[in-house]
Amino acid sequence: MPFMPVKFNLQKRVKLAQGLWMLYWLSVIVGIVIFSLGIFFKIELRKRSELMDNNESHLVPNLLILVGALACAINAFGGKVCHDSLDPMKFTKWKPMLKPYLLTCCSFNVLLLLTALLCFLMQFAVYLTLAEGLKNGIKFYKDTDTPGRCFMKRTLDMTQIEFRCCGNNNYRDWFEVQWISNRYLDMSNDEVKDRVFSNVEGKFLMDSVPFSCCNPGSPRPCIQHHLTNNSAHYDYDHRTEELNIWTHGCREALFSYYSSMMNSMGALIIITILLELEVLSLERTQEKFFSFKSRSSQQHSSSKLTSELKHTTLIA
Amino acid sequence: MLLKMKFTQQRRVRLAQGLWLMSWLAVMCGVFIFCLGIYLKTELLRRAEVMDDTEIHVVPNILMMVGLASIGTNWVASRVCQDSLDASRFPRWKGFLLAWFVVAALLCYVLIVGLRNGIRFYKDTDVPGRCFQKETIDRLQMEFRCCGNNNFRDWFEVQWVSNRYLDFTSKDVKDRIRSNVDGRYLLDGIPFSCCNPVSPRPCLQYHLTDNSAHYNYEFQSEELNLHSRGCRQALTDYYMGLMNSTGPGVLSVILIQMSVLVSLRYLQTAVEGAMALENPEDDSEGYLLEKGVKETFEDVKANVLNILKFAQVDPTTDEENTLRPRQKHTPSQTETTHRYNRWKWFPRAKTVFLKCFLICK
Repeated sequence: MPFMPVKFNLQKRVKLAQGLWMLYWLSVIVGIVIFSLGIFFKIELRKRSELMDNNESHLVPNLLILVGALACAINAFGGKVCHDSLDPMKFTKWKPMLKPYLLTCCSFNVLLLLTALLCFLMQFAVYLTLAEGLKNGIKFYKDTDTPGRCFMKRTLDMTQIEFRCCGNNNYRDWFEVQWISNRYLDMSNDEVKDRVFSNVEGKFLMDSVPFSCCNPGSPRPCIQHHLTNNSAHYDYDHRTEELNIWTHGCREALFSYYSSMMNSMGALIIITILLELEVLSLERTQEKFFSFKSRSSQQHSSSKLTSELKHTTLIA
Repeated sequence: MLLKMKFTQQRRVRLAQGLWLMSWLAVMCGVFIFCLGIYLKTELLRRAEVMDDTEIHVVPNILMMVGLASIGTNWVASRVCQDSLDASRFPRWKGFLLAWFVVAALLCYVLIVGLRNGIRFYKDTDVPGRCFQKETIDRLQMEFRCCGNNNFRDWFEVQWVSNRYLDFTSKDVKDRIRSNVDGRYLLDGIPFSCCNPVSPRPCLQYHLTDNSAHYNYEFQSEELNLHSRGCRQALTDYYMGLMNSTGPGVLSVILIQMSVLVSLRYLQTAVEGAMALENPEDDSEGYLLEKGVKETFEDVKANVLNILKFAQVDPTTDEENTLRPRQKHTPSQTETTHRYNRWKWFPRAKTVFLKCFLICK
């Protein structure tokens, strides 16, 4: 019977259209998630841009925001087309746009692939920026009266408290810089004068760390000053006293935070690529069904016409 | 009829659709309130060591119960909506709806009234360095940017350095211990967690009252070096802020719940009216109350009195018989006994009603 193949395909086509519509809306939601992740990443970079010398690259978050917005738009359009596909009258106006739309989808997938690659590769840039920025941050810690750097102390203290780290590589970085401002040093004091003269650059160096390096989990009240001097504190051996201050460097802590963020975003983009490819293949199948249906309906109408003609000739 | 409106079939369908959407919105709000209750409870449990935990847990408990009740009632409302336009499935909800209205009204009431609570937060401690974990207090002070109970001087009155780290052979330590009756090592120093990172100066922890111990330091004017707030004030502000910010959210939930209540009542009356007509797709009327407010109230009161009378009819008739001498019951006497019974029950019902009213107020 000529009707059977078309009917079977119609039911399948309805299911296909419904499934495709659901997938489109899922992709829109994923697009929204990518957009908000891009914004979140941008805000996190901005929050700590002081520690990166205001030099960090905003390429990845900007790209994520763009890709998220594009994903929403493209998939919403696809969902609308899908919704209208079961109504032949409405669908005819979308039909000429299908081919360019599929091409746009393909190029969007390429863009997604590029974004995923960047998510994984830009981590090196972040690492280098962090290393440089933290070194300068520790150097400028004391400059709370210099405009442009007056919040460096606060930022660095809050970072050390939040990320549970001390210094760039470890706490000894603080021994190499002067982190107490000259305003609070009594230059007439002998001890201060000794320390200042003990090095070439005239810096007041000491074996102490700021309070933000202290570990609250330590059972002992925090020992900040004279860290390498065992006799300065009761029952203290600086080689075995581990828990008193944070031992990790801030570069490692910050880098692991940012890299985990970028890795999860890259993974999400790869999932989005797979989703888009699935949607694309289903869209192609649907398009094929449509051209088949239009052809078969034409065939059916033409066969009906020839049988009618035969009938009339027979009667005649 | 109270506030009656005409409903065409089209309008009924639209009302059912709108109500279905709104009830699902109300379910989401119920989920939100439940999660808010859980969040508040975990926040309070995290600080359990420094919280006086007798009364505070009332608020998150109420929020969780209200959230669950809201989810349940609004889910039922959406099911009723789905069945309302199908004449065969709607009648089964008929008996259930009265109970639903009572529960939903109770829910609104609890939301409006039950969330105002005065709460006492921070427990007074006299030995924070010993009774509670050092880490908890340190983290508390760093997170809430506070120092001590009321201010940093509270640390001067306790020994917050453990004896394990004190060198008892040192003269300074021995002097300090002997300087007070309890033999505690008191000093004018504070833990590092009191330090304020915003201060431009590296943190001064020890010898705080001694101006000459530090360069360019004056104890009375050095403000930013430490956190100036006490932890009690900081915690109170934090939790009050949390409660205040939930206020508008809860208000909007109340509005949604009330509109679901009103719409469902209209839908119920309109659909029931339509089903009673010959042509179910004709226009029908929807209303809030079948009679006016006063008459409905009288009806409800009569029903309640009937129920009470049925519950306690036997002992009183026995009592009546013993009180009065045995007489032949003339019609006038039965009439008087009825009037007497009615009069007897009225004050009791009145006191019951007044008690309910006062509690609800």
